Amino acid sequence: MKINDVILKTITKAVVLIIITFGIYLFFSGHNSPGGGFIGGLVLASAFVLLFLTYDVETVSEGVPISFKKLSAFGVLLAMVSGLVPVFFGQPFLSQSFGYFDLPIFGKTELATVTIFEAGVALTVVGVVVNIILSISEGSNKWKP
Amino acid sequence: MHLLIVAILIPFLAAALIPLLYRRLGNLNLGWFVLTVPIILFTYFASQIPMIAGNETITASLDWIPSLGINFVAYLDGLSLILALLITGMGSLVTLYSIYYLSPTDSLPHFYAYLLLFMGAMLGVVLSDNLLVLYVFWELTSISSFLLIAFWYHRKNSRSGAQKSLLITVAGGFAMLAGFLMLHSMTGTFSVREIAVYIMQYTDHALFYPALFLVLLGAFTKSAQFPFHIWLPDAMEAPTPVSAYLHSATMVKAGIYLVARFTPIFGGTAAWFWTITIVGLITLFWGSFNAIRQTDLKALLAYSTISQLGLIMSLFGMGSAALYFDIADAAAIYGFATFAALFHLINHSTFKGLLFMVVGIVDHQVGTRDVRRLGGLAKFLPVTMVFAVVGSFSMAGLPLFNGFLSKEMFLTATVNVMSMPAFGADIIGWLIPVVAWTASVLTFVYSMIIVFQTFFGKFDSKRLDRAPVEPNIGMLISPAILSIMILGLFFFPNVLADNLLAPAAAGIVPGVDAAVTIGPWHGFNPEFFMTVGIIVLGAALYLLLPRWGKVYNLLPSNWSFNNLYTKTLSFTEGTSNRLTSTYMTGHLPHYFSYIFGFFVLLAGATLVFTGALNLDSSNDQPASIYEIMLILVMAGAAIAILFAKSRLSAILLNGVLGFSIAIFFVLFRAPDLALTQLVIETVTTVLFLVCFNYLPEWRKEYTPRRTKVLNAIIAIAGGLTVTLIALSVNSVDLFDSVSSYFEDSYELAGGNNIVNAILGDFRAFDTMLEVLVLFIAGIGVFSLIRHRVGKEADSDENQ
Repeated sequence: MKINDVILKTITKAVVLIIITFGIYLFFSGHNSPGGGFIGGLVLASAFVLLFLTYDVETVSEGVPISFKKLSAFGVLLAMVSGLVPVFFGQPFLSQSFGYFDLPIFGKTELATVTIFEAGVALTVVGVVVNIILSISEGSNKWKP
Repeated sequence: MHLLIVAILIPFLAAALIPLLYRRLGNLNLGWFVLTVPIILFTYFASQIPMIAGNETITASLDWIPSLGINFVAYLDGLSLILALLITGMGSLVTLYSIYYLSPTDSLPHFYAYLLLFMGAMLGVVLSDNLLVLYVFWELTSISSFLLIAFWYHRKNSRSGAQKSLLITVAGGFAMLAGFLMLHSMTGTFSVREIAVYIMQYTDHALFYPALFLVLLGAFTKSAQFPFHIWLPDAMEAPTPVSAYLHSATMVKAGIYLVARFTPIFGGTAAWFWTITIVGLITLFWGSFNAIRQTDLKALLAYSTISQLGLIMSLFGMGSAALYFDIADAAAIYGFATFAALFHLINHSTFKGLLFMVVGIVDHQVGTRDVRRLGGLAKFLPVTMVFAVVGSFSMAGLPLFNGFLSKEMFLTATVNVMSMPAFGADIIGWLIPVVAWTASVLTFVYSMIIVFQTFFGKFDSKRLDRAPVEPNIGMLISPAILSIMILGLFFFPNVLADNLLAPAAAGIVPGVDAAVTIGPWHGFNPEFFMTVGIIVLGAALYLLLPRWGKVYNLLPSNWSFNNLYTKTLSFTEGTSNRLTSTYMTGHLPHYFSYIFGFFVLLAGATLVFTGALNLDSSNDQPASIYEIMLILVMAGAAIAILFAKSRLSAILLNGVLGFSIAIFFVLFRAPDLALTQLVIETVTTVLFLVCFNYLPEWRKEYTPRRTKVLNAIIAIAGGLTVTLIALSVNSVDLFDSVSSYFEDSYELAGGNNIVNAILGDFRAFDTMLEVLVLFIAGIGVFSLIRHRVGKEADSDENQ
């Protein structure tokens, strides 16, 4: 019996966009309201998981040519390097700083180094979660971007 | 940062660069890049000689963990400089030699990375003043040695040799660390120089002798002293440049360095004097005795290295008595031994490095290093033969070569000690020169074996893999330099003595302030006749070797230390295997009962016995209707899981629990937690579903009633313990809350979200490590599943 999943596929196309947007929103809003790198990464990962559930691994890997293993390694590296930078300015490892700037479109904006650190966290979470699920679903053998 | 610290770090940086350079440079040019590192460092250290010769020292420090008294203090004095010059000098020669020795099919980036790692670690050992920093570098040399011995890891012998060396040297290293900690608890400092000053007040301390013996254990294992020498012959599985560098010239000298460095601390005690002297002499004799029976040239050199290390060790032991005497003359007599030790330390590196290179050339050119197959190579490898003669004759202690000078000084030192009344040496002291002389005769015999059984005698091409020809000129440069040094040190020993040996010896023991003048001729004294005796008897023994060689068959083969090591290893492996398999049943319910059983016992008992149990509910908020409803839903779901008929329903019920917790977080106004919990629950459910592939069919298992009851008790007790802890926590106020600090997150971290300010800023270290753990877990899952069917790799490993 062939499963008819037209509805699922159609809805997924729309929903994945919403989820990804929501994930990115959560990531940036984390500074002042609920959200942050970890939860943002998880939401993004769940978007990918939904894609894999709806379509098969090959189709998604053609559309999203990302190596999730490398992504997670890059995330860890980013988090660590962002912590190392302050050392060269005489600050303890992993010190964060922030400042307020006048930007052209955004107006007065706060920029914080913690965003870079959190980006590392988010990328690691996305990479690891997708990688684990792909590995376990045995799709990892076919997953070669 | 001081140049001295930079010098230690350079090899590490170069090692890190190798993977990048390898892509651009390729196999061959990589060696030339690596070669620049020791040459630059050697030039730097050589430029410090004039300053050290003027009895000055350099100290450079870098704060590392100042709160624990651990700072990166680099200290350069005469002793360190000698070792540093050996490390970088031999390093240059060995790297040059290895460019031609290794084949392009070997994994050269690994080789050079390990070699540089070792170089940096070894420099760290000899330049560190802080004991803990020294310890870290010390273990790093063991690890790089392990990696280099197992360089050809497809060979079983390489792997077992590497394992043996690691087990023995690291075990000794642990003992040494314990000794260091004892020294710290006595004197309150980790600095070697400060300990040497303060230790005077603590010689009666209960920890003084334990610390002494533990430190010696580290030194003896590293320097392959009897009975820990068994790892060194097995380490010969390493590529020959490695044997020349680590296992004869530098790393095995680390133990000797440690003894020299600690002589100002422990020296002057009878225990230090006798332990080192006796162990050194036994090693000297046993090594030389066993070297003769070896048929593999590298094994012969390994035993000879063991023996020579014993010689240097015993000299440092005898020299330590100088600290016992206040009279300058007596101190000078013992100090002479220390001086000879340093001289022989350098000489040994030159001639043994040379001999390893010669054996490497022979092995490389004809494909074997078995003396029974070799012979008559002089005609084909004349240049190599000359190098072999220089190295062997120097090791045998013949004139014209530097080994003669230091060997005579060694004999002088033994005769002197016999005549001096230190620590009862006048009673059994006559044994020292006797053992020294016997071992020297044996040394002469095996030195002759290397030259005459390889290069002279009958040539038989059928027994060789390849027709012998002289190697590439590049392979001969390093041995040539070493040969020139051996001859140069014989004719001009006092250049070395004045500039390096005297300041180094003066730093170890008193009484050698006036530099000793080294000369080849001292008249017809006992040492002269001993040398003549060595040559005459040694030559006779060498010629009669076929007659008396049977003596080795008399030794019982299963009473060796090697056998003890193998037996101990297989016994511990077998026992722990049996012990582990009694409780690692592969049955999840068993594991859960262990985990929760221990949890209940430890946490529950702590709760009860410390009186922390407190069920005062007066501070608690009354439960609202929502909360009661949620609890009922959760309890219902939890109970329903127990009776679920299929996995799918169990997972869905588990999901009910998770989502209810998320709603609790909403009720308690923790939106961050609620969000996280919701997404986690979603992802976990998917994870469960994809895991279904791997699981066997769901079926009821028969469990005996007793097990069921026990499991139920453990489960209920576990739940009860958690509940009681949760209730008690709320009603005890042990200290002020720290949360008020985090409330200022907007001022301190620029963000209103306290949770994220804590995660990303206040406690970012935790988050970083959690991310790392997550990553490692991801890689672990990936590799476990990817290499599930890795059976063929297993057979590949044990060819």
